[in-house]
Order: sequence, then structure tokens, then C-alpha cells
Amino acid sequence: MSTAMTQGLLYGGIVLAGIVAPFAFPEYTFQFALLWIMILFALTWDILGGQMGYNSLGNIFFFGAGMYLCAVTQIGLYYDVAEYTAAFGAVKVDFTMGQYMLGLGLGMVAAALGSVVLALFFGRIVFGLRGPYFAIGTLGVALAAGELMGTWEYVGGGGGISLPVYPGDPDDRALLYYILCFVAAILTFAFLRWLYGTRFGLALNAIRDDEEKAEAMGIHTTRYKTVAWGVAAFFLGISGAVFGNMTGFIEPLEVAFPTTTFGIFMVLMVLLGGKGTLWGPVIGATLFHVIKEVTWTYLLGWQWITLGALIIVNVIYFQQGIMGWARDKWPERFGVVVDRRTTISSRDEEAAS
Amino acid sequence: MLDNLSLLGQAPVLNIQLLLDGLFIGATFVLAAYGLALVWGVMNVKNLAQGDFVILGGYIAVTMAEWGLHPILGLPLVIVMMFGFGWLVYRAVISRVIDRDLFTSLLATFGLAIVMAQTMNLIFGPEVVAAESGLKTRSMFDGMVTVAEIKAISLLLAAVLATIVIIFMKKSRMGQAIRATAQDARAARVMGIDTDRVYAFTYALNSAICGAAGVLISLIWVIQPYFGITHSIRSFVIVTAAGFGNLPGVIMAGFGLGFAEQYSGFVLGAEFQQATVVALLVLILVVRQIQQARHRQVVR
Repeated sequence: MSTAMTQGLLYGGIVLAGIVAPFAFPEYTFQFALLWIMILFALTWDILGGQMGYNSLGNIFFFGAGMYLCAVTQIGLYYDVAEYTAAFGAVKVDFTMGQYMLGLGLGMVAAALGSVVLALFFGRIVFGLRGPYFAIGTLGVALAAGELMGTWEYVGGGGGISLPVYPGDPDDRALLYYILCFVAAILTFAFLRWLYGTRFGLALNAIRDDEEKAEAMGIHTTRYKTVAWGVAAFFLGISGAVFGNMTGFIEPLEVAFPTTTFGIFMVLMVLLGGKGTLWGPVIGATLFHVIKEVTWTYLLGWQWITLGALIIVNVIYFQQGIMGWARDKWPERFGVVVDRRTTISSRDEEAAS
Repeated sequence: MLDNLSLLGQAPVLNIQLLLDGLFIGATFVLAAYGLALVWGVMNVKNLAQGDFVILGGYIAVTMAEWGLHPILGLPLVIVMMFGFGWLVYRAVISRVIDRDLFTSLLATFGLAIVMAQTMNLIFGPEVVAAESGLKTRSMFDGMVTVAEIKAISLLLAAVLATIVIIFMKKSRMGQAIRATAQDARAARVMGIDTDRVYAFTYALNSAICGAAGVLISLIWVIQPYFGITHSIRSFVIVTAAGFGNLPGVIMAGFGLGFAEQYSGFVLGAEFQQATVVALLVLILVVRQIQQARHRQVVR
């Protein structure tokens, strides 16, 4: 079987599984939707963390920003935002289906574009920082955003916002948000698959390998870094918009800017799967999501300790991740040419022949 | 917000209260930040579990107070216990990340922070607690300014502890070995210094300093299992602002952060106190970057 056919079968199988899953197991629709969000998180984190070598701890900032931008757009289209948030969900605005869908659509566009603008703005601030300073600086941006949103009364402050209620059947609602998560994740994967094959992807890898030399070779590193962050922000903004509507209620510290949960999960998922690869984040996210759900169900109370221990063990003993390990094991399958003349075993073969 | 500002103008005495509280709380920040500067400078490990060591020290003191041992008398015991704990953590985790890239140590200590915070939550419960000192609170300026005696004592203790550590680093054999390793680990090894032992000692010393800071914080403020991350960020703010290996800078930045938190908490409202810490971190990093940008030439 040719590689193209294998790949076609693989992609077809995944898309088919994604379409069948909510119908086969309707009670797990929310879990499946969350899995796609997790895959999207891991893929977008890997743009900077894996391909470009900039380990951000604050990418969750765009998730929360997208969530708030979408909510404000959705409500602001038909109602006064300050009045709506001041009532803490007591005001019930009945949206017709058309209004709801228009609000959601425009909200997602606003979330995606707004996040890109924020990425371009904050990129100017954080991309002068290197190494651990970059990680701490981005962590600071995300934490500060959460704290400051909690004090901003216009968007509900610490009390949060209840989002418009879906004007239809709850099962349809679950399916709608599943489809949105699914499509967002697939689009992210397809876009990144194309992106890593272009000159842009090579420039990102050059920055990871040696930023000074890349600069010397004439690559405008700051521009590439900012655009890469913008790409991550675009998809994260969409995921935030969808996730906020899926849960129906947003609040700054736990839902919108969960720096110590989702923000760290992104990093962990990529490290687990293998950073700097296309499939690593997908595998890592799937595995992590399963581990997380199992520990949350059977080890309740200990789940965070398990998670912290997993981070430590992963970072110390298994930093190359699953894909990295596989690449060491079977280099030929990853297109790495091994010069067999230098290995001892091949010399033995030559002697025997 | 403006009301609070004008209140400060009308009653300048309130400033004294804020400055005093900033001084007392800032002293504990200085201790924790000095520990971080030590580990950062000597081992090049960014210890994100710093705040959780502080909180753990506080909880040990609170538990001993429940058993009838006064926290101040328990302080030496906490220092010894935290020293042992730090040594264990070094052997189990830190020794394996020390020669890896910087992000590895950051992430590994972050995992450590999660494990510690959650374990403390399971053992001690999520309530906000404080250690009881049993000392009086004195009031000055017709009751406008109140000073708890324990706060003054904790400032004194912090000063004594800091002096002991500084003298130890200057005079003792181990202190000299630590400074030599910080300057050039390879050369230190050539000279016959067991750098692995030095690293273990440095990390344990940092843990002990944090534990002592935690005891003081539990006496003059409150602790809770999840307050650790804020203390870690405070230490990072101070060390990043001062630069490691700059002891006077760490002391100045620590007290400065204490004042800044007290004032922002009073003027903007208590909910801004946390935001101030992180906002200051971002601000300091931006300023640092602008300074660095002058030294760097970029392709235009």
C-alpha cells in the first residue's frame, strides 16, 4: 500500500470516527467535544513551543479573550451589555434562532480577529524576552488578564456572564457545539499541516534551532514570531468562543483564563505526544484526555497530585514524547536517513558478504 | 478610588499605617526572594515551587501551634525540617533537571508546586488559617495606626535570619564553596569542590529560608494551600527587578513590592492586590526588555 493511500485511509478514518462518535455515544458528546478542544489546544501550543522553540505558559490568554469578545458581541448585538451583566443572568433575553446563530457567527469572527490583534500587540511586548523570561512573561500576561477581568464591571467582573440561552432542543445544542469543536480542530490541523510544509514553517524551525543565525540569514525573526503567535491566537480565539457558549457561563479565573489547568494541560499534552511534530500534539492530547478523565473519575481528590507527578515524570524522563521516541526507534519511517556505513552492525554485514 | 486617594491626603497618618504594614510584609518577601536569587544564581534553576515551600513552612508552624508549641519557639524546628525536605526534593527531582535546558526546570518545579499545593490541601484543608501568637496589638495616633507586637517581632526575626545567612555565605567554608560554584561550576569542580553537594545544600538552604518566611507570614498574615503561586510570583518579581546576585537590590525591591501591594490594596480596592503583583511582573519584564533592546542589533 502506498503512503498516500495509508494517509488517506487514516484521515478518512479519523474524520469518520469524529462524525460517528456523537451519534454512537450521545451521552458522551460533551466529552468528545472537549477532546477536540484539547487537540486544538495542543496543536496551537506546538506552533510556538515545538516548531519555534518559544515555550509560552500564557497561550490561554487568547482562549479567554476570544470567550469574552464573543460573549460581548453576542449580547451587544441586541442588548445593552452593561445592563445585561449587571443583572447577573437575571435578564433573560429570548433570541430567535436566526438572531442566535447570527450572534454566534459574528461572535466567533470577532473572537478570532480580536485575538489576532491582541497577539500582534502583546507580541511586541513579549518577543524580546528569551527562554525562561518569555515563559514567565507570558504567564504574567495571562494571570494579569484573569485578575483584571475580575475587576471590570462592564463584563460582569468576578461574577461572570451567563451567555444567551440556545433557543431550541438541548440535544441539538450539544450536537451543534460538538460539530463546531470538531470542525475547528480539523481546520487547525489541516492549516498547520499545510503551514509546516511552507517556507514559513522552515523559518520557524530556523528560529528554534538558532535565532541569531536565522537573523543573520536574513529572516525577520520578530515578524515571523509575531505572525506565528497570531496564527495560534486565531484558532485559540475561536476555541474560546465555542467553549464559552458550550458551558453557557463564563467567569474570569476558572473558565476564561484557567492558567493552571487548561494553560498547563496544553504544554503537558504536547510534551507527552512529542513536541515539534505534527501528530505528537494530537496523540498527546488524546492520551492525556483519557488519562485525565480516568483519574478524575477513579482517583477523585488525588487527581491533581497524579497530574503534578505526571508533569514531573514526563519532563524528567520522557521529554521527547511519544513521537520523539518513535523517531529514535524507527528513524527510516520519519524520513531520517541513517548512514549505515558508520554503524557496527552494518560493518559486520559487509564482512559476512 | 479617588475617594480613597483623597482620604490619604486628608489623613496622612493612614500613610504611616500602610508604610508600616508594607515594611512588615515586605520583610518576608525579601526572605523568600533571597532564597530564589540564591538558587537561580548558583544552580540556574527557576524554582516555581518557591511559594509552596513558604506555605508549607507556615502550615508546619500552625500545626505545631495547635500542639502547644509557640510558633516563634518552633521556628528553628521548622528551619531544620524544611532543610531536610529541601534536600529530599533536590535528590528526587531537582538533581535530574539541573543540567537540562531552562524550561525543563521551570516546568518540573511547576509540577512540584501542583503536587505540594494539592497535598497540603488534602492534609490541612482549604480553609484560610493563621498562627496565633498571643501577643497584644498596640495603637498609636489615637487609634489611627495599629501595630501588632508580633509584626514588629517578625521584622526583627527576618533581619536576624537574613544577617545569619549573609554571614554564613561570607565566612563559612560551605558559603565560600557555594559562591565559588556560582562563579564557575567547572573550575570549582577542578578545585575539588563537590558541586553536587553544594547544589543540594543550596536548594535545602533555600527551602529552609522559605520555611522561615512562611512561619513569619503565618504569624502576621494568613496562609492557604493555594496561596503558594502568588508568593512564587512575588519572588520572581523581586528577583527579576533586582537581578540575582544583587542583595541590596533584592532587599529594596522586596520592601518596594510590600509598599506597592499595601497602597494598591488601599487605593484601588482589595481585589486589585493580586492584580498588582502580576501587573508589576509584566511591567518589569517590559522595562528589562527595553533595556536589553538597546544592546541588541536586529536585522531591519
